[in-house]
Amino acid sequence: MKTVLDLLGMRAKAEPDRPMFTDETETLTASDVAKRADSLGSALIRRGAAREPVLVFMKRGGAMIAAFFGVWRANCFYVPVDAEMGESRIRSILDRVHPLYAVTDESADALLSACGFAGERLDAAALFREPADDDALDRAERGTLDSDPAYLVFTSGSTGAPKGVVGVHRAVLDYAEQITKTLRADETDVFGMQAPLYVDACLKEILSALKCGSQVVLVPKKLFMTPVPLVEFLNEHRITTLCWVVPALTLISALHTFDAVVPQYLKTVAFGSEVMPPKQLRIWREHVPARYLNLYGPTECTGMSCFYEVDRTFADDERIPIGRAFDNTEIFLVDENGNRADEGEICIRGTAVTYGYYRDPERTAKAFVQNPLNPDYPETVYRTGDLARVNERGELEFLGRRDDQIKHMGHRIELGELEAAAKTVEGVDAACAVFDRERSVLGLVYTGAAEKAALTKALAEKLPEYLLPKRTLRVERLPLTENGKTDRKAATLLLFR
Amino acid sequence: MEQLLDILRELHPETDFETETRLVDGGVLASFDIVMLITRIEEEFDVVIPAKDIVPANFNSAEALYALITRIGEQDD
Repeated sequence: MKTVLDLLGMRAKAEPDRPMFTDETETLTASDVAKRADSLGSALIRRGAAREPVLVFMKRGGAMIAAFFGVWRANCFYVPVDAEMGESRIRSILDRVHPLYAVTDESADALLSACGFAGERLDAAALFREPADDDALDRAERGTLDSDPAYLVFTSGSTGAPKGVVGVHRAVLDYAEQITKTLRADETDVFGMQAPLYVDACLKEILSALKCGSQVVLVPKKLFMTPVPLVEFLNEHRITTLCWVVPALTLISALHTFDAVVPQYLKTVAFGSEVMPPKQLRIWREHVPARYLNLYGPTECTGMSCFYEVDRTFADDERIPIGRAFDNTEIFLVDENGNRADEGEICIRGTAVTYGYYRDPERTAKAFVQNPLNPDYPETVYRTGDLARVNERGELEFLGRRDDQIKHMGHRIELGELEAAAKTVEGVDAACAVFDRERSVLGLVYTGAAEKAALTKALAEKLPEYLLPKRTLRVERLPLTENGKTDRKAATLLLFR
Repeated sequence: MEQLLDILRELHPETDFETETRLVDGGVLASFDIVMLITRIEEEFDVVIPAKDIVPANFNSAEALYALITRIGEQDD
């Protein structure tokens, strides 16, 4: 087996009519997905696409997932884009990748034009209707190696330019094995998917469908504002498994939802992307009996790398561990001198490590490095920049970051990206992005003539929603450290004290 | 009402909350804004907003939201 497409083929053969992906408009069976992938793959080959990045810019739904597989059928790798990423992020992606082809629906039209996309726009719905070319698909399959790229997923960069992580087929295949084992997914499971499709987080559900025959229901984004209808949706679809970012789960527990309605069918609740407040976890466990899993992993190592199954109650001042590495992945900690330690930076080793950042040798070389514990032969490990320690039970505990990266609303954010965007707004001279960890609020302190309202309006046009500051403060000058650098701690106090 | 407008303006200074009537349906309030907003309201107005009242109709305008807070405040008394 070379890629997870082989799993799709097996599913479509064994149980063609089994529902695979359900969104607001349709349910796609295994055979629907395989047929669409064959058509779209053939259509791309017909137009000359080969071993290259193909933009997939569609509304979040089953058709977009089928398009990912179609791109693989053509021996290409997909670059997922969604309108909610905002114009500035999409423009940076196009500048870095310069894709020749974009598979789209109507949600892409305005933004692709605004960003000056110069390649060929292909309507997904039309491509799905084109005939499959079995010979061409066979040739593409023979040409695909398990070491070929599978996708480019973009993540925040500290200088403002996002980084495109190059995922690899064999790592995706390995992840299918490890994540389904960890979640104990099977054909009776129904996943309620919260993740957007432009992040690697969506692989958990997609791979469970391919590997185990689980069903995936995409939960409409608008429900994540209204907790009671959200839980009613879970019950209506008999959802058994959630792999959600922490804010999506706390939306339910923090707003007294369980007084009104309780999820009836949940068996597994996995969370990740940021630190779960112990109080919220206690509320969940009191009301919903299920297996609870804390997941940890950077995009650079293909989805999640590490898990802890909650087996005890945590007080407010205790840390919920991130546990131990998935099978076939090693996590080790190194101190400042690059020696193995019980407290230090998390390094990750194994098939899961991706190739690095697309067209970005400098930033790749900083994070994808020779294993500091191995002087004997070339071996790349990923240095996460995350700090952790091994607790007295032998479990890993996440401690924080070495730099200014934060986790907010389920997304990874470099404060530098917000600052870089703010500085491009007319009337902003200098800017310092700050984060109140306790209340999880992102803010911006700035100097210049720009009014607050004009600034937030300009930022809303450039940035994705989760990168927008929710508190802004104009000052005469930014506080400086003794070395003359912007003093982020002092700026944080100015805004949040 | 002024107190509520201040909370809302702090979240989104660019929005005219006195006239906007599609805060949820028009996408002004982001999906996870709602927790922060409700937490602030519960602190400032000393009320508990029941989960069943967290629906677009009550959050689409500052006026509707203020009516909700007033109604809950009266029930509490």
